[in-house]
Amino acid sequence: MRMPNSKRYYWRKSKNIVMTVLCLLSVLIAVIPLFLIFSYALSQGIGALNLDFFTKMPKPVGESGGGMANALVGTAILIGLGSLFGLPISIFTGIYLAEYGENPFAKTVRFLTDVLSGIPSIVVGVVAYIMVVLPMKQFSAFAGGVALGILMIPTATRTTEEMIRLVPHSFREAALALGIPRWRVTLRIVLPTALKGITTGILLAIARAAGETAPLLFTALGNRFWSTDIGHPIASLTVFIYDYAKAPFEDWNRQAWAAAFVLIFFIFIINLIFRFVTRGRYAGNGH
Amino acid sequence: MQEMVIEERRADVPLIISSNRTTERTMDVKVATKNVDAFFGKTQALHGISLDVPRNTVVAIIGPSGCGKSTFLRCLNRMHEVAGGTRTGTIMVDGDDIDHYDPVVLRRRVGMVFQKPNPFPTMSIFDNVAAGLRLNGMVKKNTLSETVERSLRQAALFDEVKDILDRSGVSLSGGQQQRLCIARALAVDPEVILMDEPASALDPIATAKIEELIQALKKNYTIIIVTHNMQQAARVSDETAFFYLGELIEFDETDRLFTSPQKKQTEDYITGRFG
Ligand SMILES: Nc1ncnc2c1ncn2[C@@H]1O[C@H](COP(=O)(O)OP(=O)(O)OP(=O)(O)O)[C@@H](O)[C@H]1O
Ligand SMILES: [Mg+2]
Repeated sequence: MRMPNSKRYYWRKSKNIVMTVLCLLSVLIAVIPLFLIFSYALSQGIGALNLDFFTKMPKPVGESGGGMANALVGTAILIGLGSLFGLPISIFTGIYLAEYGENPFAKTVRFLTDVLSGIPSIVVGVVAYIMVVLPMKQFSAFAGGVALGILMIPTATRTTEEMIRLVPHSFREAALALGIPRWRVTLRIVLPTALKGITTGILLAIARAAGETAPLLFTALGNRFWSTDIGHPIASLTVFIYDYAKAPFEDWNRQAWAAAFVLIFFIFIINLIFRFVTRGRYAGNGH
Repeated sequence: MQEMVIEERRADVPLIISSNRTTERTMDVKVATKNVDAFFGKTQALHGISLDVPRNTVVAIIGPSGCGKSTFLRCLNRMHEVAGGTRTGTIMVDGDDIDHYDPVVLRRRVGMVFQKPNPFPTMSIFDNVAAGLRLNGMVKKNTLSETVERSLRQAALFDEVKDILDRSGVSLSGGQQQRLCIARALAVDPEVILMDEPASALDPIATAKIEELIQALKKNYTIIIVTHNMQQAARVSDETAFFYLGELIEFDETDRLFTSPQKKQTEDYITGRFG
């Protein structure tokens, strides 16, 4: 046995320290932009952050004040529609891939999902434009929902699959051995066990969709007026930011920053929930 | 005294017992296997196992690690095929070929308890026991809690959990979890219970409880238990089967198998010369 105070030991130890410092440094560099964006959005937008901002409609050009109530509601509707179109498909596909997914068909589906996640969102917007907006001859919340739904599919499908795979095999066997049919085992034992992870994974997909702008420009378009009609153009946070940030009025720019801060904060919270819920899964029950 | 009795049995029993046994066998066999081969892909894990398990007895399966004990057990409720394995030969329960059953129906008649306690983590203690009935649509509301209580009592767990039935099943100790799993298996009212080293993850006191339980259950059920522990096999079982390298080497009354094994391999194993 080599004594711990040999040269080699110190060499190994110093290498260890160097690596740790390098890692910490990289983490710091990665975190700085996030911090900068957060604080910059807050400092620029804080002047516009008040109750009116959340509850009032935009004011006509030239008047100051007003809010983005229609954009908040619009984003909520768009996300709702997107979830309606995107999530059921994703969840069932995820279940299928996890439980029956070792055949060529499933492998192809998995591959295509991965490809879909790499397609730029603006392309998805164009697709929704061609598929929905042109035939309906109308920009609409519906078309925006289709675009967001498609964008949710890859994340939602893959997290569903992964969370279901995390469920230990012993639970499936225990259930099957009780004479419970396989589809019921999946729905009543496996799915509930994976539910927390799936839910938070879906939140993540929603957060991503909520941050999309480009596909909405081709589909939901935006609306300066109050609308909840899914057959008509609808306002959204991101398009609001896009319009207000490039406008030549200072208070509009401020409002754009405020909206950006709200959006970042929303996404940040969702990610935090995801981390919190998925940490230490199944730790402590020995499986 | 004791010695003499055993000696006497050994001396003159073979003929009588074996004739007894054959009549008993043909009359009251619960599970019968004939020439069972089992495979994982191309590797063969079981070679021509023929073994008859009499009704209301405890049969222990012993043998060194990897000899096919679990595989054999999992053939009996067709869980072997769930893991992608294949099997040939016939297995009968009450004279019915299990390949003619829907596996789902078979598994309600032939229950299983696994090595590691595995209560469903999202369910309460009550729901764990009720799971088999509920998810099989086998239950009316008013009899459910009766069945749950009966099963928990049979598993000698009721007194410990009667006030915390709505607590999570995984909040129990390992030994309690295992008895919960036994209760869960009993709730669907099986006829045969397969146990794969049910006590290997437990301390001696919990193990003793499980062994007591097995003795009590014998009255109403036929039990096949895999164990690594030969003392345990000797304590709980009526008959013992010794497996080696996927073959059934010897199958006999437990007392005789441990006191006067007929095969050299069996003797080597139980005297600790290998395995
Ligand atoms: N899923 C599997 N795939 C391939 N081979 C397997 C699989 N499970 C078991 N085997 C093989 O089948 C043989 C029998 O395994 P089995 O698990 O039945 O042994 P066992 O007697 O239960 O052992 P132990 O006492 O360690 O539990 C072993 O040689 C093992 O390597
Ligand atoms: Mg085993």
